[in-house]
Amino acid sequence: MKKIKAGRQPNRSRAGDVGVAIVLMIFGAFFAFPLVYAINAAFKPLNELFIYPPKLFVRNPTTDNFSDLFLLLNKQGVITFTRYMFNSVFVTTVGTIGHIIVASMAAYVLAKYRFPGSRTFFAAVTVALMFTGYVTQIPGYLIMAKLGWTNTYLSLIIPAFASPMGLFLMKQFMESSIPDVLIEAAKIDGAKEGKVFISIVMPLVKPAILTLMIFSIQALWNNAGTTYIYRDELKMLPFALQTVGAGGVARTGAASAATLFLMIPPLTCFILAQSNIVETMASSGIKE
Amino acid sequence: MSYANWRASKKRQAHFLWKDIKEHRTCYLFLAPYAIVFTLFFIAPVLVSIGYSFTYFNVLQPARFIGFQNYINLILADDIFLTAVKNTFLIAAITGPIGYIMAFIFAWLIHELPRSIRAIAVLVFYAPTISGQVYLIWSIIFSGDAYGYFNAYMVEFGFIDNPILWLTDPRYMMIIVIVVQLWLSLGAGFLSFIAGLNTIPADQYEAGYVDGVRNRWQELWYITLPNMKSMLMFGAVMAISQSFNTADVSMNLCGFPSTDYAAHTVVTHLIDYGSTRFEMGYASAIATVLFAVMYLCNKFIQRALMRLGT
Repeated sequence: MKKIKAGRQPNRSRAGDVGVAIVLMIFGAFFAFPLVYAINAAFKPLNELFIYPPKLFVRNPTTDNFSDLFLLLNKQGVITFTRYMFNSVFVTTVGTIGHIIVASMAAYVLAKYRFPGSRTFFAAVTVALMFTGYVTQIPGYLIMAKLGWTNTYLSLIIPAFASPMGLFLMKQFMESSIPDVLIEAAKIDGAKEGKVFISIVMPLVKPAILTLMIFSIQALWNNAGTTYIYRDELKMLPFALQTVGAGGVARTGAASAATLFLMIPPLTCFILAQSNIVETMASSGIKE
Repeated sequence: MSYANWRASKKRQAHFLWKDIKEHRTCYLFLAPYAIVFTLFFIAPVLVSIGYSFTYFNVLQPARFIGFQNYINLILADDIFLTAVKNTFLIAAITGPIGYIMAFIFAWLIHELPRSIRAIAVLVFYAPTISGQVYLIWSIIFSGDAYGYFNAYMVEFGFIDNPILWLTDPRYMMIIVIVVQLWLSLGAGFLSFIAGLNTIPADQYEAGYVDGVRNRWQELWYITLPNMKSMLMFGAVMAISQSFNTADVSMNLCGFPSTDYAAHTVVTHLIDYGSTRFEMGYASAIATVLFAVMYLCNKFIQRALMRLGT
């Protein structure tokens, strides 16, 4: 029986395998095309950007577009590129760390205990998976204003703590990967709930932590921060790069460089954490 | 049961509930930080939205109760809303199911690949979702002049004579929005499917082979799909959310508002009233309608998926 797993599965035809590969390659090209384009365009010199007919691949790569981009951003106004960079890095880091701590604590008790209100609460989180920023934006603004959080980093950082996707994935993962006996044994040995959480539960859910990290970075890093913030010096990197793109055709080169620049951090994180993410998503199902 | 008995039993229940809550106080402590933030920024906005949907509210003056007037105006007096609804349903009806099925098929086909190249394939298909601000690229591809890639190739191969204004001609805008939305639609559901396929125990496939599963299609139908029900539900929630909330693609590619409102969606309509015209009550009514539709759609699909494989 073990033999079957090691070699080819006997109910697969060669022709079918080739077909699978071809279908994936065709669609893969469609999915990869804009990204391949972005990478190439960012390194194209001016004469290649406006060549007719347009060519996909760059022939004489240059970093001119990047130096243009930084020059543009630095002379644009009083706010420098480094300031936007700091805003984005700061908000993404604090928001992600806070999200992981807050969501894991909640996920732990929801996964391992049944207490009044716990199931209703989780059901509400599952429904909230469908929310997007725009639907809650208006009342969200009124609430932010009441709290006095408009024009502060808090308006971006704090809501990120309670991202429904994070709690959902973490709870499902804890439910399937932490045996109850382990927690009971630790308690018999006299460990308090906080100690169990920090020294037993958290080390066991590393793949899920990395997954939450990726989803959180993805959301925060791509956030322009213009919903609750009006002061330019507090806005995020995507806002700065959007203003470059808004400069019109002449700035195509710098805007392509900006697009690539924004894409790199989340893409790198995903590549590094991919196997952990797949492991976590294995328990992502909605039961019942 | 007499009234006295009934009261006594109610009291006993309340007593047990209170004891239960007290016993789990550490649990509530752990849940509290998340629960507070979640309530404040996810639950409260929905409730506030429903509340304001029955009022006239322009932020400057206090809200004034007007009953169902916003909803009545929405359906009877707002032609642009009807355009938005039509567009949103068209986008949702196409990108929702196709995106969902596509995510599953790609995940399944990738699973058929040798283990070593699976990771790369996953990256290629998932990259659009991670990369965020990629609208610039699409707007260059579909740019209206001859430098736009799509125009250039179409002219080159003789399909069209002159460049077409893909992003500002109402005849083509919706198609472009749908194509780009599909490109973006693999998302978290796709990752869930990829992971789900890994968890199906190998002995089920072996048993299936012994029982006469002859090819990969039979295997998909009889073994794989029934094993993936919970992932399929998660994917459905993601697909509904994405397909009904289309706004960014439309605004970034076709402009806001788009020519003749041809790519206007319910969410861009909401943004128009909420952020441009400051008619918060009306915008809240739009949000409430959208939310109700998504919720019902979700319930309906969950019901349908329950029947899978039975």
